[in-house]
Amino acid sequence: MKKNITIVDYGLGNIRSAEQSLKNIIDQNNLNAEVKITNNSKDIYLATHIVLPGQGAFASCMKGLKNTHGMIEALSKNVLFNKKPFLGICVGMQLLGTTSYENGIHNGLGWIDGEIKKIPQKGLKLPHMGWNEVSIKIKENKIIKEEKEKNFYFVHSYFFECKDKKNEVASTVYGKNFASIISKENIYGVQFHPEKSACQGLRLIKNFISL
Amino acid sequence: MLKIRIIPCLDVKDGRVVKGINFLNLVDAGDPVAQAHFYSKNGADEICFLDISASIEKRTTMLNVVEKTAEKVFIPLTVGGGVSSIENIRDLLKAGADKISINTAGILNENLISQAAEKFGSQCIVAAVDAKKEKDSWAVYSHGGSKNTGIDALEWMQKLQNLGAGEILLTSMDRDGTKKGFDLELLNRASSQLAIPLIASGGVGNLDHFKDGVLVGKANALLAASVFHFGELSIKEVKQYLSNEGINVRIE
Repeated sequence: MKKNITIVDYGLGNIRSAEQSLKNIIDQNNLNAEVKITNNSKDIYLATHIVLPGQGAFASCMKGLKNTHGMIEALSKNVLFNKKPFLGICVGMQLLGTTSYENGIHNGLGWIDGEIKKIPQKGLKLPHMGWNEVSIKIKENKIIKEEKEKNFYFVHSYFFECKDKKNEVASTVYGKNFASIISKENIYGVQFHPEKSACQGLRLIKNFISL
Repeated sequence: MLKIRIIPCLDVKDGRVVKGINFLNLVDAGDPVAQAHFYSKNGADEICFLDISASIEKRTTMLNVVEKTAEKVFIPLTVGGGVSSIENIRDLLKAGADKISINTAGILNENLISQAAEKFGSQCIVAAVDAKKEKDSWAVYSHGGSKNTGIDALEWMQKLQNLGAGEILLTSMDRDGTKKGFDLELLNRASSQLAIPLIASGGVGNLDHFKDGVLVGKANALLAASVFHFGELSIKEVKQYLSNEGINVRIE
């Protein structure tokens, strides 16, 4: 069956890079898949895989998602009930959490229990910007198969604190040790930008498409 | 640990590279996409395009270059040069740029920095500063380094941070093109006072200069042009050297 990888466009986020990286992987590996960008909630029902990018402030991303008619309902039905593979990138991962403390207190989707908090500055530069190591905690996962620590590209000032450590697939150290990959059943979130993380980023995206 | 970033910078005019790789037999040496792709395959942590086109019409060709680059290059791309409005920034980001560097337009209109940071997020706004040493301080120059604004560079960088810039790209005009090394005093003073990352630029000519930029200048990223373009040093060589000196770099 042809896979239909659908990127949610809610007016925020680096849509083009995500799209191009997916297309590149599909072309390079001759995968039977296509990429679609949509702001129409109906398309979510036709998707086999869903990608939620996100950039900027948590509240404006959440607002953008809410203002996209029927989107949250369509996502909930397709991800939580139909169990379609889902990947949240950067703020798209943070939106999975319960609560964010970025400029106030804001509710997230609440699909993975956790809170979004600011990285303690303690003389560190923020945002945490650049390449950093991702250490795999849960070896039996389907999204990242490398045993070794690998570098990925990060840009963020807030981190996802998992309530349940079994959702923490991988972690990264900057100021503190935080979750850089989270998962729960068919739901995945990555704090870094796989679409900007050269070969290892593309491998992760390929693993996602293979789900 | 977070890695020190090495960033090659390419000057692009009317959609063609005018200051870039000229030691390889690239099929089309003037093609910015081919050069960006080469660097991304050879260890660059990010790519920077500086648009030096003279006219506004020619700048639209840059959008095309950025779009094509985003199809092939999967590391962060910063685009700067003549960016003067929210529309410019939106168009470049939409074409696939990850960060936009703003220089003169931010000096003429500080609101551009704050509005851009608010609209698109600080993470994609790089404030570029061209600084020239005066007696005991550094002055900010605008318009491609041709005009002394009389503004104190260290104060200006603080201001840019407060306005919402996510990163500072600091070029020493005294050192740019000299290969005498970065202005370490300027870098160190800037980095010590800033809470956002600092990219060092201007003057790098040998391996020790890269090391000093990090250890003495305390820069978070190092930008270079001619040493890479003329093949005097490769990015891999620089990273291996820095790694041997105990500096954290990304080596795949």
